[in-house]
Amino acid sequence: MALLRTEKLPVQSQDDVVQVRQAVRAWAVELGFSLVEQTKIVTAASELARNAVVHGGGGSVELESVETAGRRGLRLTFVDHGPGIADIEQAMKDGYTTGGGLGLGLGGAKRLSNDFEIRSQPGAGTWVRIVRWK
Amino acid sequence: MERIPILKMGEFLLVSIQVDMHDRLAMTLQDDLTAQIVKRRARGVLIDISSLEIVDSFIGRTLANIAAMSRILDAETVVVGMRPAVAITLVELGMSLSGVRTALDVERGMAMLRASLAAGNGGAAGGDGAATH
Repeated sequence: MALLRTEKLPVQSQDDVVQVRQAVRAWAVELGFSLVEQTKIVTAASELARNAVVHGGGGSVELESVETAGRRGLRLTFVDHGPGIADIEQAMKDGYTTGGGLGLGLGGAKRLSNDFEIRSQPGAGTWVRIVRWK
Repeated sequence: MERIPILKMGEFLLVSIQVDMHDRLAMTLQDDLTAQIVKRRARGVLIDISSLEIVDSFIGRTLANIAAMSRILDAETVVVGMRPAVAITLVELGMSLSGVRTALDVERGMAMLRASLAAGNGGAAGGDGAATH
């Protein structure tokens, strides 16, 4: 997989969540994503960025445009150094929440992406990577 | 502090969300709207989201909360102007916004509010604000 471009943004505050949405939108437009594809990846990014702020106590996101077998995609990697997730399977379930939200963040972000990967351990923060292919 | 303006038109409150809302701004809108419903004795709330490029779970929940709170305060809420891509994404995200009334545009939303107000007044109101007693 070839890495075409990369950018790292902070995800520390609610305002950063808005900045991340706008950056992801700009990248998706540049990659030639359809309006529905743009909307899906921006929404997924918004959920994961909010998770990083609310549950992870802040972190960062890396935006990357990638290419493999002539196919381009937008890859987003969210990292936080918060308390981590003890039971990932449970955290992925719709309706499971510890932050007073709807518990749609992780499961919803997964449904809105083509690839989804999560790594986390209690005390070691959370790492989430999604890719949306064009 | 940043705020989304709330306009009054007859018995209704109108809100048009024109900015990419961070969560605090959405919460402020929710608080302001419920306060304004009581203060201005509004019977309906129309929220135009045609400028919104995304509705994520937080904004979706805020819209659902506004609808539920306004109903308890005897005012109907109609959300209008959702973009098709936003609707597709919301459903895939897992939110169906059940409990939130929607209309395609402002005109239809206003008609919906007038109709439910008329029905609530025993069908006596014809058109705008016939029941002012």
